Amino acid sequence: MTAFTIIYFAFLITASCAAAFYKYKSALLLLFTLLCVSLLAGLLGGSGVLVNIAIGFGLLAAAGGISYAFRESMVQILPGEGAKLMRTAPLTAAFGLLVIITYVIAAVFAPVIAPFGEAEVVGASFAPADDVMILGGDQLGRDMFSRLIYGARNTVGIAMMTTAIAFTIGTIAGLVAASAGGWVDQVLGRIVDTLMAIPQLIFALLLLTIVGTSVVNLTLVIALLYSPLIFRLARAVAGNIVVMDYIEAARLRGEKTWYIIAREVLPNITAPLAAEFGLRFCFVFLAISALSFLGLGIQPPTADWGSMVRENATLISFGEITPLIPAAAIALLTVAVNFVVDWMLHISSGLKE
Amino acid sequence: MPKDQSVLLEIRDLRIEGYSDEQWIEIIHGIDLTLHRGEVVGLIGESGAGKSTIGLAAMGFTRDGCRISDGTVEFDGMDLTSATQSERRALRGKRIAYVAQSAAASFNPAHKLIDQHTEAPLLHKLMTKAESQADAVELYRRLRLPNPEDIGFRYPHQVSGGQLQRAMTAMAMSCRPDLIIFDEPTTALDVTTQIEVLAAIRDIVEQFNTAALYITHDLAVVAQMCDRIKVFLKGDEVEEAATREMLEHPKEEYTKSLWAVRSFQREQKPRPPEGSTPLVSIRNISAAYGDVKVLNDVSFDIHPGMTVAVVGESGSGKSTTARCITGLLPPTEGEIMFNGTALPPRYQDRTKDQLRQAQMIYQMADTALNPKKTIGEIIGRPLQFYAGLRGADLKKRVDELLDQIELEPSKYYHRLPSELSGGQKQRVGIARSLAAEPSFIICDEVTSALDQLVAEGILRLLDRLQKDLGLAYMFITHDLATVRSIADEVVVMKEGKVVEAGPKDVMFRPPHHPYTDLLLSSVPEMDPDWLTNLLNERGVDNVGEAAAASSGGN
Amino acid sequence: MQGVIALVGKRLLLGLGTLLVVSIIIFGAVELLPGDLAQQILGQSATEETVANLREELGLNDPSYIRYFQWLGGAVQGDFGISLANKRSVAEQLAPRFANTLFLAGYAALIAVPLAIILGVLAALLRNSVFDRVSNALSLVSISSPEFFLGYILIVLLAVQNPVFPAISNVNPDMGLWERLNRTTLPALTMALVVTAYMMRMTRAAIINLLASPYIEMARLKGVPNGRVITRHALPNALAPIINVVALNLAYLITGVVLVEVVFVYPGVGQLLVDSVTKRDFPVVQACCLIFAATFILFNLLADVGAILSNPRLRHPK
Repeated sequence: MTAFTIIYFAFLITASCAAAFYKYKSALLLLFTLLCVSLLAGLLGGSGVLVNIAIGFGLLAAAGGISYAFRESMVQILPGEGAKLMRTAPLTAAFGLLVIITYVIAAVFAPVIAPFGEAEVVGASFAPADDVMILGGDQLGRDMFSRLIYGARNTVGIAMMTTAIAFTIGTIAGLVAASAGGWVDQVLGRIVDTLMAIPQLIFALLLLTIVGTSVVNLTLVIALLYSPLIFRLARAVAGNIVVMDYIEAARLRGEKTWYIIAREVLPNITAPLAAEFGLRFCFVFLAISALSFLGLGIQPPTADWGSMVRENATLISFGEITPLIPAAAIALLTVAVNFVVDWMLHISSGLKE
Repeated sequence: MPKDQSVLLEIRDLRIEGYSDEQWIEIIHGIDLTLHRGEVVGLIGESGAGKSTIGLAAMGFTRDGCRISDGTVEFDGMDLTSATQSERRALRGKRIAYVAQSAAASFNPAHKLIDQHTEAPLLHKLMTKAESQADAVELYRRLRLPNPEDIGFRYPHQVSGGQLQRAMTAMAMSCRPDLIIFDEPTTALDVTTQIEVLAAIRDIVEQFNTAALYITHDLAVVAQMCDRIKVFLKGDEVEEAATREMLEHPKEEYTKSLWAVRSFQREQKPRPPEGSTPLVSIRNISAAYGDVKVLNDVSFDIHPGMTVAVVGESGSGKSTTARCITGLLPPTEGEIMFNGTALPPRYQDRTKDQLRQAQMIYQMADTALNPKKTIGEIIGRPLQFYAGLRGADLKKRVDELLDQIELEPSKYYHRLPSELSGGQKQRVGIARSLAAEPSFIICDEVTSALDQLVAEGILRLLDRLQKDLGLAYMFITHDLATVRSIADEVVVMKEGKVVEAGPKDVMFRPPHHPYTDLLLSSVPEMDPDWLTNLLNERGVDNVGEAAAASSGGN
Repeated sequence: MQGVIALVGKRLLLGLGTLLVVSIIIFGAVELLPGDLAQQILGQSATEETVANLREELGLNDPSYIRYFQWLGGAVQGDFGISLANKRSVAEQLAPRFANTLFLAGYAALIAVPLAIILGVLAALLRNSVFDRVSNALSLVSISSPEFFLGYILIVLLAVQNPVFPAISNVNPDMGLWERLNRTTLPALTMALVVTAYMMRMTRAAIINLLASPYIEMARLKGVPNGRVITRHALPNALAPIINVVALNLAYLITGVVLVEVVFVYPGVGQLLVDSVTKRDFPVVQACCLIFAATFILFNLLADVGAILSNPRLRHPK
């Protein structure tokens, strides 16, 4: 029984009692669950586990605090509409926005932020962390931290580009299918069904074997393979729009198909498509990272988070967690995007519960 | 034996709040209601009046996102607002039952009708399974369902809508409750089907001396069913009176306006002389969706400046005829003549001018206006497209059109459809079709989605525009009251065929074709004795589906 | 009943047709290879003669549609040709690995399916409660993390810091079941984490959708107690969506195995596929792809058939 354990439990119990006294039902439930879990974990794993739990919750609380501060300052800074929007944003969404902004800054200003070059060898291989290399060196002695920063530019940039291409293909095809109907719709639908009958990752591996691994090939292959999903969504959403009477009215007026697509349908599907863009970006981002991790995606010496995990994976068996940082960077961004997408969907569904 | 007439349900100062935009907003503002045993009280009001919410609250139930904030609901001496969950549960189904608007959605698709029927009596331990099943068959018989012995052993999707609604009434009766809440039980049904459900409900409620709250927006229906009527508007009570009193001497302005709705009557125009060219002539058209034939040899004429009402129940082919005229569905046989020349069957093959001449106004104004465009853009597009107007000319013409539909241009020009009420949206739909300067407009159930007062305004507007601009209308509707008020000519359709056609005064005067007769006689009237008289006249088994089948299509 | 059989039959035929088209794509993709396969294998320095010999040996002189039917005919009988890398029969290498992969996926499914359904139903019933919110956030994190991230975290926690399970899942055929389970626990857990999250969210959505139906409200208004509303009115109708969710996720599971096998160096099809892609060993890549695609199509098929069979409207036609 260390002093830490005593303080830890004392804090939890006091907080639970306070929650009970002030009738914060959900807070009480949360604290009480935590208390029970901690008791169990403490008995099984000793105070070490409790320290981990405490650190975890500390981090969570810190993230919550920062998100809160971010949201409130945004409310102050942004003009009219933006401030109104931010005020209703849940903490998760504020957190997501903050993370995304941070990533964008890292990507844009990578050369300024990173202390060393992307492929610059600074020290010994697997050099431990010190004042020069704050996260240590990788397997060739390059600075991990610098590569992490450059990774934001490369990995996120390529994923962004790929998603944009996939979106352009998928949305256009989906809109054409929905507006034209008839055999065009049938044929496009069949093609997409077949493309989707092969699992994406497997298909990507097959195609990359054939066309070879380069950034351009990678981008095109992944864009091609993920566009059917976007096609389906665009087709479904636009399908709901083209049966509307105002589209019939436009057709009967004698409007051309392109006018109907661009002026009548498109403005009505941008909101769901924007949310979908976020979701699809996550999938594409994860797929590219997975391929890079397998050594078939972005090729060295380009700094990329997936490959960084793979290159330094041997460290993990020594209990080092440095190689997990790029992986965590991937996860953090996807979580952040998902949080924001959740919020956007919530708004576009008309603030319904 | 004298019937027990003590107080059964007493609602005092009931307030209900709904959760929207992250806050609780009061939607029912302190309602009082007293219901005696065996009494039927009608709750009427337009959409958004809170009738259903009050009906559910009478069972101590609120939907997700609603809560009772104040007041009491006392049922037979027990306050439901303060009762425990299990106390309320013990009442539901057993002493208070509910009949929902859509029987098709409210029966569980996974179970047979009779198993759902017997659930409540078994649950409340009132009968054994065998007793309850026998009772179900008995109730089905009393409600005059066909094959009462077998119908319970079918699944919901195997039974027609009118029969399901009666089966649901039977289910509500399963425990012989003291009170039944009927929530718009016939709104989704055709008139000929509605009448048999109404007759069945009224009959069974009377037999068992059951009290009922009857929720509806249809005044004529409420006149047949209820002893007393309460009128609601936006969560407030307007007035309450016994049915006859209320019908004959409404006190409040709002109630009077509701009653006055059907007074709009337009003088019938005489037929043009024999031999003059009709504006639109539908000649022997047949049409099919895939292999399903939906129109069979339909012919009628529409003359310039006249209104032809096409009447029929759902599935009769009224809207399909409109689709053939506009060219959305090319007919398999026959042709559409416009001013003496045949129109190409597909709208894609028609000229801009042919398209411009025939315009369309839709039933659901919500789906007829692009939600992302402003009113100015919506009305302006046909002007741009057909007349090539630009800039200030365009703005000026849109303003004129807005004036014509009685919406103030400066106020509405930049608004989005979502910022308009249902009636205003419908007006914008009218303005859009006027912008094309047509000679002929198809009005597809344009008033059926609107509250009656608003519908009245639209009818008056259409009438004025016809006078000013010499428009011809094809008026598709299932509502005979609308036909009476606006039509010059009437075409009655059934199962894809024209049953009868002629000038309105002839059509509304006997002798009728048997189907026209059935259709006319099935429309509820404001007279509280109407249903009784009708049933006496026709016999209980000669209404509804059975009568429709025997009246035939030809 | 006949309508249902016809519907299922139609769906089966469609699945078979899709598989056929997919096999053409998989075969055709390799045909699209720039230049000649023999040239590719031997490299630029090879002489004309050796290339010609290899072409003969690989049967590359036949037109491609004949080779496709030969390949397909062989594949149907379990013969996928000879590996270019080690000249061994592809089928021989593949068979034990496919068994391993199925074992791993099955183990993961056994953990994930019951867990996901229970959690999903609970979250739907306790909507907007603390439990719902926490499980929603956790499942989101789990979905958002790359499989290798979760895998390595599990290694750090359960193999390095607290050595409970081995970090490397090298199984061999002589191993007992217990030993095998022990070694595959970490990869199975990793996959289960992701799939549970997906399945749980989908189950939750399906149940919430169901609970909003008017017939559920009707049941409550008949005085049916909560428990019975769930068991009697919700569950019979929930079956269709749940079967659908499970089958779709099993399809995902079988393909998500690739990354996990690489992380844990597990001798399965995924690992073989990745190795062969690196070596550009086309017959093996084609065989692996065909197997993955076939399994994927099969589970999608099962999802649809399950949905048809558990839909009361289709089971009891008019």
